[in-house]
Amino acid sequence: MHISEGVLSAPVLATGALLAAGGAALGLRKMDYERIPGVAVLSSAFFVASLIHVPAGPSNVHLVLNGLAGILLGWMAFPSILVALSLQAVLFQFGGITSLGVNTVIMAAPAVVSFYLFGPLIRRGHIMSILGGFGAGAAGIGIGSILVAAALVSTGESFAGVAKLIVAAHIPVMVIEGIITAFCVTFLKKVKPEILEVAK
Amino acid sequence: MHLEEFAEGTSFFHRLDPRVKLLTLWPYIAVIAVAHGPVVPPAALALSSAMAVVAGLDRRKLLNRLAAVNIFILMLWLFIPFSYPGEELFAAGPLTVTKEGLFYVLTITVKANAIVLATIAVLGTSEVFSLAHAFVHLKAPEKLVYLFFFFYRYVSVLHEEYSRRRRAMKIRSFRPRTNMHTYKSLACLVGMLLVSSYEKSCRIYSAMLCRGFSGKFPLMDHFSLRKHDIIFGAVMSMITIAFIIILNVA
Repeated sequence: MHISEGVLSAPVLATGALLAAGGAALGLRKMDYERIPGVAVLSSAFFVASLIHVPAGPSNVHLVLNGLAGILLGWMAFPSILVALSLQAVLFQFGGITSLGVNTVIMAAPAVVSFYLFGPLIRRGHIMSILGGFGAGAAGIGIGSILVAAALVSTGESFAGVAKLIVAAHIPVMVIEGIITAFCVTFLKKVKPEILEVAK
Repeated sequence: MHLEEFAEGTSFFHRLDPRVKLLTLWPYIAVIAVAHGPVVPPAALALSSAMAVVAGLDRRKLLNRLAAVNIFILMLWLFIPFSYPGEELFAAGPLTVTKEGLFYVLTITVKANAIVLATIAVLGTSEVFSLAHAFVHLKAPEKLVYLFFFFYRYVSVLHEEYSRRRRAMKIRSFRPRTNMHTYKSLACLVGMLLVSSYEKSCRIYSAMLCRGFSGKFPLMDHFSLRKHDIIFGAVMSMITIAFIIILNVA
């Protein structure tokens, strides 16, 4: 879920950069010095987890887990995702430096939405937390793919076809991410409930 | 996990001051990103390719990277030439390819490759930690740099842990398939990674406090500008300014 270099128009790139900078500034304000190692090492774990490929019928998808990152980190998901994407941009050229802002917003904005919408559900009973986990995982991908489409279409009307294809292709991914996030939340609640309180 | 594939070497780019690299690369690729027309994108691609040659990058690894980048671009080739309004070039059944659409998607391809080549040649030839160090000297927000520092430091540690756990699953005959058992097992794997990273971070912070951490990392070494840094900075800036002038005239 990223847009590579050279594709988007200047206004879209600039808007993305501004929004990402704002989100990251908010996240950094919430992150005291004592929280830096915690947020950073969780970011490393999310980065490694995104290398996991999950079978989906004849094909497979790699995990994104931005919904789960949102639930765990809240606004701090912005700086967390920003550092992960900048590493990817420099080392692997996934995404890119000029599109770093846009890509950060694409992943981190749904994370923050998940935090507010589904975070409270997860702190309730078993069934509610499963639903909350599913919702966060699915919303992370769903909103993200809509943002990808929006960035492309704002660049030019001719991207409409690609944009539709991208949103459609992410529907099965939404379901898989939802299931994995729900299982993951249940697991964390059993094994290490403190971890769900990092963002508080 | 070996991440810094291009950082080893002795080329001109490997020896440049990372501060100069960051300061000059950013405007250069930003101009390419917004460039249009027949002059600047191909010129940028030629210059960036020249940089990649000077940097002496491993050709096979470089082509692998470029292939990965161009997969996304390839998807655009399947759509844009048909949907971009303009003069009809030829018709294939119900679809018509427009001249403008073809030019547009070609421009995107050239620009993307130019930016990627320049990024690898200039930034890829520095170690990631020295880039982070340069960011501190360039007055980037401290907390963000610290976050990056710890994040990068522990990526390979956690990747090792991931591989170990994955091996343990394999030994116990786990084979990923499309079913709930697979999803649950992988979710637990992710959960364990998060739990152990959380516990690790608590130990790291305690260890930092034991060593007197008070919210600041002392900077031990400083960069110093040398002649070739200044020359590179000047040349890159002139190229960037030339691109801007060409874009505004055209």
